[in-house]
Amino acid sequence: MNAWKLAAGAAAMAAVSIAGAQQRTAVEEIERYRAALGDGNPAELWEARGEGLWKEKRGPKNASLEKCDLGRGPGVVKGAYTVLPKYFADSDKVEDLESRLVTCMVTLQGFTREQAKKDPFGDPGKKVAMDALVAYVTSESRGMKMNVAATHPKEQEAYEVGQKIFYFRGGPHDFSCATCHGADNQRIRLQDLPNLTKTSDAQKAYGSWPAYRVSQGEVRSMQWRLYDCFRQQRFPELDFVSDASIALTMFLAKNANGGVFDAPSIKR
Amino acid sequence: MADPMKIRAAMAGDKVEVKVLMSHEMETGQRKDSKGATIPAWFIQNVTATHNGKTVLSAEWGPAVSKNPFLSFRFAGGKPGDKVVITWTDNKGDKRTDEATVA
Repeated sequence: MNAWKLAAGAAAMAAVSIAGAQQRTAVEEIERYRAALGDGNPAELWEARGEGLWKEKRGPKNASLEKCDLGRGPGVVKGAYTVLPKYFADSDKVEDLESRLVTCMVTLQGFTREQAKKDPFGDPGKKVAMDALVAYVTSESRGMKMNVAATHPKEQEAYEVGQKIFYFRGGPHDFSCATCHGADNQRIRLQDLPNLTKTSDAQKAYGSWPAYRVSQGEVRSMQWRLYDCFRQQRFPELDFVSDASIALTMFLAKNANGGVFDAPSIKR
Repeated sequence: MADPMKIRAAMAGDKVEVKVLMSHEMETGQRKDSKGATIPAWFIQNVTATHNGKTVLSAEWGPAVSKNPFLSFRFAGGKPGDKVVITWTDNKGDKRTDEATVA
């Protein structure tokens, strides 16, 4: 009996280590696949379209976004994403990139807020301005270090709210963000999940969004990433550029401070 | 009107290496939309590349090529400053031509 138990135990151990080896190879294969794709990242098409949209005169006021203050002064795009989210005195709000673009579309171009945030995410056959603008602005921060201040009281408040949301358990699965992103070596199917409570993982993860998702054929922004995480958690739908989405972005962005921003990237 | 291509052309040894990103839906004709109706096939059918007016690549593509395709190829006989022109035509007759200068 004891010998039988031992043998079964050994067999189980062997099975576990084989599964581990297979998983590692699969992860390496995905990395190789990403590297091969990185050379011709279609996100560049979004970046080019976004640059055009940034300079194009649009909206009722027939104005471009070139005077938009993204946090480093009006019209400064270079490195702007590394300081976002940030408190803006003109809107008296903490804003991330997407919400700031909405604000500029309203104040500079004369769109209504509803028009500006109507189509946040593209889909096959549906090109939207927002994800192209996001691709362009973020591409101008590639290779730079994240440097979110989070010193203004409203920025600190957003960080704390974001932290609460990150650890808040709820929904039919009783999940929090931390359930999947609070420990090492977690994964969904073969997809490794970053441990966002660890600085190195947080930096790498934050610095890799937005990304061209090969499986969807679209560039996906941080707002989309959070929206889809909420969906996977079976949480109520996360409203585009809502205070909650900005607070969570603030929490993730500040935790990524010091990390090199390297996006738009490419993901499977 | 289709979006512009992204074309890079640079010397790689004694050959010119060209990398092209095209913006296209590349629908296979096999997929169905949310209502169950077939999404009509829509894909790039012909691609040609010319170097100083001379064709260096001519390809017939089908629906198996991915969305937003990336094409990379090399040809001999080019030098920096030369012009490379890429043209694609899709099965709806839509067309796009862009050019790049060899770096």
